[in-house]
Amino acid sequence: MRRAVGALLRKELRLELRAPQSVPAMALFSVTTLVLFHFALQRGEVDGDLAAGVLCVTLLFAAMLGVSRLFVADREEGGLDGFLLAPVDRTALLVAKAVALGAFLVAVECVLVPAFVFLLLGPALDAAAFARLALVLLLVDAGVAVVGTLVGAIAVQTRARDLLVPLLALPLLMPVVIALAKATTPLFLAAGAGSLPVRWLGILALYDLVFGLLAYGLFDFLVED
Amino acid sequence: MLYGKRLRGLSIAAFVTLTAGIALAFFYAPMDADQGFMQKIFYVHVPLAMVALGGFVFGGAMAIQHLRTRDPRYDLRSYVAIHLSLILGAGVLITGSIWARASWGHWWVWDEPTLVSFLIVFLLYATYQPLRFSIDDPEKQARYASVFAITAGAFVPLNFLAVRLAQAYTHPRVFATANGGLPARMQVAFYVMLVGMALLYATLWKYEMASKSTSWQLRRLRAKLAGEESAAPRGRSAAPSLPTTT
Repeated sequence: MRRAVGALLRKELRLELRAPQSVPAMALFSVTTLVLFHFALQRGEVDGDLAAGVLCVTLLFAAMLGVSRLFVADREEGGLDGFLLAPVDRTALLVAKAVALGAFLVAVECVLVPAFVFLLLGPALDAAAFARLALVLLLVDAGVAVVGTLVGAIAVQTRARDLLVPLLALPLLMPVVIALAKATTPLFLAAGAGSLPVRWLGILALYDLVFGLLAYGLFDFLVED
Repeated sequence: MLYGKRLRGLSIAAFVTLTAGIALAFFYAPMDADQGFMQKIFYVHVPLAMVALGGFVFGGAMAIQHLRTRDPRYDLRSYVAIHLSLILGAGVLITGSIWARASWGHWWVWDEPTLVSFLIVFLLYATYQPLRFSIDDPEKQARYASVFAITAGAFVPLNFLAVRLAQAYTHPRVFATANGGLPARMQVAFYVMLVGMALLYATLWKYEMASKSTSWQLRRLRAKLAGEESAAPRGRSAAPSLPTTT
């Protein structure tokens, strides 16, 4: 199992490194969205709940791009068939894909967060607030990665592929949106970063756990043929 | 399998209970001191919502059975349950909106967590039909729809928790919970309406099951009589299909 996950993950990351596709597109899209927010909101800088909302929506929409590409290459180039022929647990694919998507999201955030702070955020972020933001984003990434893998695996088998991804994933990610917005609002306050609401970290962890177990239980049915 | 059995009895029971419930709600239950006549919508709105959510959960349970047994009949049960719950869900949103307008003066209020959660759940389940429709292979369609139904079923409680916690305060409500501060006579009317709605749901579910399985049987008989080729090709559909040859 571990070797299978390792091999699949290496393949996933090598593919992205040799022919970068998802990550650059997601990163570019997220920066463009920030500019879009600047003009749509007609604000030079944002703080508090507005800042949390901008970051949240930008991250989620960028994630949708990654989710809809996640299984496309495997399906079109026959990678999925090859995987199904190999005598390994199918959960390995779920774990590898989720970890890869999580890594993509972290890479995108490495561009998105500095760009957000630089372009739009009013109050400065100190190191402590930055660390707290990173913690929240990691929990969010885990949830988005798991749900995204599940939704991506469903959508890739349909004719409406890219159409279905946001329709399925965004309602499912609504608790993540709520928690992300609530948890990051105190970090972006104009009066200085407040403490992190622990309750929302708990909700995020619970969400990750529930959907992790669900994906573990259901993924086998999605890669049968 | 025949689903038409006991359909008449069930229909009559649903009709009688619903009529009794409405009569009780209007003539027996006391007028709400605060909201007056508008509060009567509570006897429709809340049972409707509870039955719709129950239907989603039932659909999820049938989907689990489908994945375990691979029997397409379970997929049909799950499909009909979710499809009916969606129709009821539209009713919930409309009655909820009317009630919000009457008691708070707005057609939609965001700090009413139950209604907001219901909207999210409704939006999620609204993709159930498009998802089915865009998968051609019937077996795969059934399998993927089941995975969706289970995921969405598990999502419902989590979503309610998150939305409820997100409200700093909730509107002061005259009836905090359905069975909490409700006078006994209101409770009677409410429970009769709840049972009536559940019976209505069961009746509609059985009707659709009967209709769907009858048309399957018809197709099978046609295929048997005139040969496999004579049956009209089944067009693309979101509805599940049973194999014509068994």
